[in-house]
Amino acid sequence: MSTTSHDTDPQAPAPPESDLDAAGAQLSTAPVEQAVPGSFGGMRKPGPLGYLAWLGREVTGWVRWMWRQLTSMRVALILLFLLSLGAVPGSLIPQQGTDELKVAEFRQNHDTLAQVYEKLGLFHVYSSVWFSAIYILLFVSLIGCIVPRTWQFVGQLRGRPPRAPRRLDRLPAYATWRTEASPEQVRDWARGALRRRRFRTDTYAAESGGAVVTAEKGYLREAGNLVFHVALIVMLVAFASGSLLKYEGGKLIVEGDGFANTKTQYDDFKSGSLFTDDDLDRFSFTLDRFTGTYETSGPQRGTPRVYRADVTYQKGADGAERHKAIEPNHPLVVDGTKVFLNGHGYAPQFTVRDGKGKVVYRGAVPMLPQDGMGTATGVVKVADGYTNAKGKREQLGFEARFLPTIDRTTMTSSFPGLQYPVLALNAWHGDLGIDGGVPQNVYQLDTAKMKQFKTADGKIFAKQLMPGETMKLPNGAGSVTFEKDVKEWASFQISHQPGGGLALGGAIAAILGLAGSLFIQRRRVWARATRGADGVTVVEFAGLGRSESAKVPEELAALVDAVHAKAPGVAATERDEPAPDAEVPGDELAPDAEVAGGEPAPDAETAPVPGQKNPKAPKSPKDPKAPKDPAPSPRTPADPAPSHASHSDETGTDSPADAEGAQK
Amino acid sequence: MNLAAGTNETLAHTSNVLIYSAMAVYLLAFFASILEWIFGSRSKVGRTAQAVGTTRTEAAAPAVAVRKGGSTAVLERPEVVTRAASGSRDVPDGPGAAGGSEKGDIWGRISVSFIVLAFLIHAGGVLSRALSVRRAPWGNMYEFSITFSAVAVAVFLGLMLAKKNVRWLTLPLTLTVLLDLGLATTVLYTASDQLVPALHSYWLWIHVSTAIFCGAAFYVAAVATILYLFRDHYEAKIAAGGTPGKFAQSVLSRLPAAASLDKFSYRINAAIFPLWTFTIIAGAIWAGDAWGRYWGWDPKETWSFITWVAYAMYLHARATAGWKGRKAAYLALLAFACWLFNYYGVNIFVTGKHSYAGV
Ligand code: HEM
Repeated sequence: MSTTSHDTDPQAPAPPESDLDAAGAQLSTAPVEQAVPGSFGGMRKPGPLGYLAWLGREVTGWVRWMWRQLTSMRVALILLFLLSLGAVPGSLIPQQGTDELKVAEFRQNHDTLAQVYEKLGLFHVYSSVWFSAIYILLFVSLIGCIVPRTWQFVGQLRGRPPRAPRRLDRLPAYATWRTEASPEQVRDWARGALRRRRFRTDTYAAESGGAVVTAEKGYLREAGNLVFHVALIVMLVAFASGSLLKYEGGKLIVEGDGFANTKTQYDDFKSGSLFTDDDLDRFSFTLDRFTGTYETSGPQRGTPRVYRADVTYQKGADGAERHKAIEPNHPLVVDGTKVFLNGHGYAPQFTVRDGKGKVVYRGAVPMLPQDGMGTATGVVKVADGYTNAKGKREQLGFEARFLPTIDRTTMTSSFPGLQYPVLALNAWHGDLGIDGGVPQNVYQLDTAKMKQFKTADGKIFAKQLMPGETMKLPNGAGSVTFEKDVKEWASFQISHQPGGGLALGGAIAAILGLAGSLFIQRRRVWARATRGADGVTVVEFAGLGRSESAKVPEELAALVDAVHAKAPGVAATERDEPAPDAEVPGDELAPDAEVAGGEPAPDAETAPVPGQKNPKAPKSPKDPKAPKDPAPSPRTPADPAPSHASHSDETGTDSPADAEGAQK
Repeated sequence: MNLAAGTNETLAHTSNVLIYSAMAVYLLAFFASILEWIFGSRSKVGRTAQAVGTTRTEAAAPAVAVRKGGSTAVLERPEVVTRAASGSRDVPDGPGAAGGSEKGDIWGRISVSFIVLAFLIHAGGVLSRALSVRRAPWGNMYEFSITFSAVAVAVFLGLMLAKKNVRWLTLPLTLTVLLDLGLATTVLYTASDQLVPALHSYWLWIHVSTAIFCGAAFYVAAVATILYLFRDHYEAKIAAGGTPGKFAQSVLSRLPAAASLDKFSYRINAAIFPLWTFTIIAGAIWAGDAWGRYWGWDPKETWSFITWVAYAMYLHARATAGWKGRKAAYLALLAFACWLFNYYGVNIFVTGKHSYAGV
């Protein structure tokens, strides 16, 4: 029989929802939304002391209110939303630290917009004040959420599963039958079956006589959820400590040259605010050879295929020499420091002679790539030792454009490999401007105080050289040789980021916790066995999950089967036989009818038996007094269950039948 | 990393032919599916189902699931009676696209058979592409797209095999797979080729394969979420005593109940979320190896993060009073939109370290 009839019965008292709510309470430790209070101060006593007391109450009240708001689920939701929203601009606007060049470009092209962006911190979103505010608030909220939830959860673990609601038949899964076994036997069997399924169980005596088993399972869900949220904090701490202690820098090395890990050797160096020079791991390495190969045909001609830097490295000051090939994805790892290959290019070798043939400069000069095909530019600066044709000390500067495979129509490179290398040179003389002590970019020529070499007819002097060729400067000013052997350079990023292990541990814990939190069902089962008025034991089972799930009824069915096998149902008396069958359809219809607004079926079923004064009487358990009745009378059985059980409905709707059952 | 291992042109060609063939068969499946819907709309049962949706005079599928054990001693075992949680609409699932019509059902089966066939061809196409380049078939957007739709179909077929009620997915699924493959073969096509050095890593297998799988599953969940929104609106209208439009009536009445759709999409999203978390972490580990930093707010990383937070928001919303149901569904769609943008938008409009998509 369904409960529908109660709902539509105007005489019936309101269903004990609060009782049911209690049954489902604390299946999760999620905070419950609370009503917003108004003023906290209450009555204000006259005089300054009264005012102060009032103010104190008011302030603490508001602080507590704000804290509760901050740690509520709703605010967590809003903060998560803000976090994702706040992350967006950083992906669309060039960011300092990732792409300085683009930032500079953007600043040039959008004058006013750039100023607005600057004010809003949009060029460094992820370290901006407002973005930090969002995630710090989120994590404060998270901690404020986790701590009470953890206590609550510990309380749940130490406490007992909650008691059974009065009306088990209102729970999402329900089964009942009558048996001749005693309530205590049924209790023990039910408890055994539940324990075998690793439920935590507790038993107590039912108010109405008989025994109740209460059981709960799936605590790992809550534990997993807490672990997940704590792991988020661990990860944040790992990242924070990592960025405080980290250091990283870049170094460009030409084949044959070396590097020792000291701050001065870096081309650029960044470190966290807690970094000290002692944190630098001691090692050094030499670039023996760089190898780059490229797709030689097809539409992807020129795409890199292999990059490899062969290095010889040494741990400490005098460790053994070891070899290693650094490739993308395969950094050199020395202690906590990783050396990544992150760029490469060519370094043509120059020999510069003065008018008398004396070598004033010899070296490999790295050219910086300008496009994907290896077109590169660079600068050769001859600062010392050069005297011009007139015997005057001067400095020389050359602007070089290096094309590993020249395309003469565009004067760019058409392939990044060395197929047809050409070097185009412009020559300058005068003052390089490097003596003033102002640090200068080695890849740029400051021509403010320099003059370009001109040919005899006044044209700008410029030449293209093949490897091995020499260019004579006009008027016996000397010569430049582009040596045959073109060296390559590789650039390395050297970084040390502590906290990686902690972050990884946090990440793994987060995934495991999440899996527990999402895959484990937390659910409760209650079994109640009471002796009915007829001396037969009425068994009721009910299950409740946190969310509706097909598993809860399935599991309940298995439990019921296990107990039913030991406490078989009592055969209904002959006279009762037809009743259950007749009622099965009604049972099926009932909940539907509830939605549809009271269909005839259930009512028909509960149609008052002629002569019965109070057909609703059996449902009186909703009446709070009824269950306390220690000696259930046939007309008002203490237990509501039978009235809704398909196999024992006779007791429910029809008191006389109940009486008959008792006679059996 | 063997340069000699260039691409095998014949295999690459075979792959293209297979992909086009698969598209043709998906098209057939699509038409069969349309026929299923059309026949379903004409069927008596279909109309009855509509009627049930409104008046529920018939004994619609019982909301009370009855479980009968085998008979033992004297009596049958007790039944487990289930009831919906209070407050939720207790509406049965629709009869499916075929609406109980026999012809419709046959077309539905034909559609599924075509999908199976198309999937096999499609998978062959992906496999031969992989063999032609001798690596995982997800080095550029073209390969990513063809693999993505193959996995989406695999998810669908897997759910079918697991005897889940998902045949209502055939129409949206074939439609989007066709769209995806159409885009892949025209706009995104890249001749098969080797990878840039940064992609030579076993993390490519781990990170990208889970990313594709997550996307495909999120996609299936998103389709269910959209249908949920329609169906929920429809049910709400009926519950309020209104009559939905004829077309809505015909189509929506045959879908599963809003509650079922909602549960279906939630289960998928919830099951995939930990895997998505893993995908991002695997990506971070790879980035640590390849670029020397685990996290650098590169656009792709940023959008993965945004997608992740959006799904976390969705899961939170479902646990927050007042956000269950439609609002949570909108968040789920927002989260999937973020995923889509991360895939198409970031590859096409934004440049970052992940710009190897070959577009
Ligand atoms: C740092 C950002 C956060 C992230 C990424 C996050 C993520 C998640 C995820 C993915 C779940 C789903 C697990 C499940 O449904 O069982 C979840 C559940 C939960 N989160 Fe968070 N969360 C965050 C912050 C917070 C905060 C600040 C609070 C407290 C106000 C909170 C409270 C909860 C609760 C109570 C649940 C469990 C809900 C339930 O029982 O279903 N979370 N969180």
